[in-house]
Amino acid sequence: MNHETPTAPERTVRTETPAVQPTPVIAITGLSKRYDSGFEALKQIDLEIQRGEIFALLGPNGAGKTTLISIICGLVNASSGSVMVDGHDNVTDYRAARAKIGLVPQELTSDAFETVWNTVRFSRGLFGKPPNDAHIERILKALSLWDKRKNKLITLSGGMKRRVLIAKALAHEPEILFLDEPTAGVDVELRRDMWEVVRELRNSGVTIILTTHYIEEAEEMADRIGVINGGEIVLVREKAALMRQLGSKQLTLHLQTPLASVPPALAHYPLTLAEEGSVLVYTYDASDAGDDGHVSVSALINEIEAAGIRFKDLHTKQSSLEDIFVNLVRERP
Amino acid sequence: MNLQAVRSIYIFEMARAGRTLLQSLISPVISTSLYFVVFGAAIGSRIQEVEGVSYGAFIVPGLIMLMLLTQSVSNASFGIFFPKFTGTIYEMLSAPISYFEIVLGYVGAAASKSAILGLVILVTANFFVDLHILHPFMMLLFLLLTALTFSLLGFIIGIWADSFEKLQLVPLLIITPLTFLGGSFYAIDMLPPFWQTVTLANPVVYLVSGFRWSFYGISDVSIVASLVMIGVFLAASLAVISWIFRTGYRLRP
Repeated sequence: MNHETPTAPERTVRTETPAVQPTPVIAITGLSKRYDSGFEALKQIDLEIQRGEIFALLGPNGAGKTTLISIICGLVNASSGSVMVDGHDNVTDYRAARAKIGLVPQELTSDAFETVWNTVRFSRGLFGKPPNDAHIERILKALSLWDKRKNKLITLSGGMKRRVLIAKALAHEPEILFLDEPTAGVDVELRRDMWEVVRELRNSGVTIILTTHYIEEAEEMADRIGVINGGEIVLVREKAALMRQLGSKQLTLHLQTPLASVPPALAHYPLTLAEEGSVLVYTYDASDAGDDGHVSVSALINEIEAAGIRFKDLHTKQSSLEDIFVNLVRERP
Repeated sequence: MNLQAVRSIYIFEMARAGRTLLQSLISPVISTSLYFVVFGAAIGSRIQEVEGVSYGAFIVPGLIMLMLLTQSVSNASFGIFFPKFTGTIYEMLSAPISYFEIVLGYVGAAASKSAILGLVILVTANFFVDLHILHPFMMLLFLLLTALTFSLLGFIIGIWADSFEKLQLVPLLIITPLTFLGGSFYAIDMLPPFWQTVTLANPVVYLVSGFRWSFYGISDVSIVASLVMIGVFLAASLAVISWIFRTGYRLRP
């Protein structure tokens, strides 16, 4: 695929979305993590999360997603660099920083013998907030946990436990919510519920940072996308811009009569034949799909007709975020 | 100071004991009662008095110490080990709460529980033997300091342990033998001279001796030595805990 290397992703984003506020809610600078084993999980990460956005962090297993989240939330100590949460350093001013954050961890952990109600209430207290049963009731109802509030956690299914973890993370009314692989192993219904809650939270001004393997989720939900691979941020882009810039399009023509080879008259187009010559495929950059792009597609079709090639059917396909992601990760091992 | 969080942890831990009342309160009371029946009534009636105190009464402070030590250690170690084991510790680490507050919540609850247990056993003992408490204030001081110190030790063990086996190791292999050999059931001068000297290296001797002194005014070692010893224990535990938190040992990689 033919695309530009984004050298300064942050600057690019700002020029693309001038509406973005100048003060980021999370500012990460020069963040590195080397574990005692010598493994370098993060290498000089610089990242800014804007207030009120949904930011999706994509990356293959072991890319450093969870380490990054763990450092921001205070579970892991950074080797160097700093994290500012709404202007508060997350080490020297950890109380103010952590009070703003809610974390839904990747693994399903629970105090087996506690009830749903007590464990969510406990979370609120842990974050120093006075009891507010009305708030907890609202959360439990929004997450369809209200009927289960008296159940012990050990009796709940995996999906229900996931809901409980979300409820716990929301118990202290955080301004920033981290969702680490929230939909791993979760059924369709819960996934829908969860995204409904996420949308409502975003509408109420909560910033959401999520990691996911399900790229279609990022594609559907996120405002911006960051790709992390091998402990480095490969790129950060507004989702729409990313799709536009890095996605490619394909025009597929189903021919009436198969061709043995691409006619010389069409050789200046990057055309390929498939399915024993009965399908003609034209691949072009989605970034060209503006005015020029359309001209080139219609010009191509004119020339194909002029060359005496007849086709039964045609369709175009936009590459998905998944294709883009796979390409990015493959190109920068 | 995030008092709300300390309160939450404290209540959570006390509620855990409430759920397991059988294990945390009734079982120690029953096993102590058995000691009283066997050593106090059955065998004790054939043992001569120790320094003017009947044998049944003599062993009460030692038995309370035995329970206090083992329960403080096991309670506090399990309290912090379990969230580590299940992974729920993530919430503690991501909360706006200092290490001091975490210790206050967990150790406070563990110490409260074993202090309550100690008092319950004291009341139980009263049914079996004639008890006199010469220095009630000192008795309470010893009780609370011991509960606190050994809950701190338990907390350290709970953080250090990365398996259930290790969690049981220290209480089983160190605390229980030291307590049994620490003069819970005998006065040190009942031992041959050589073992009298050896036993002075056992820190529990000082605790039992001081605690017994607060009941009957008799002691194996001086009361000052007992107080110094428990002070040293407390300081050592606090030092280890502050090191753990400074380095993030086993909590924050």
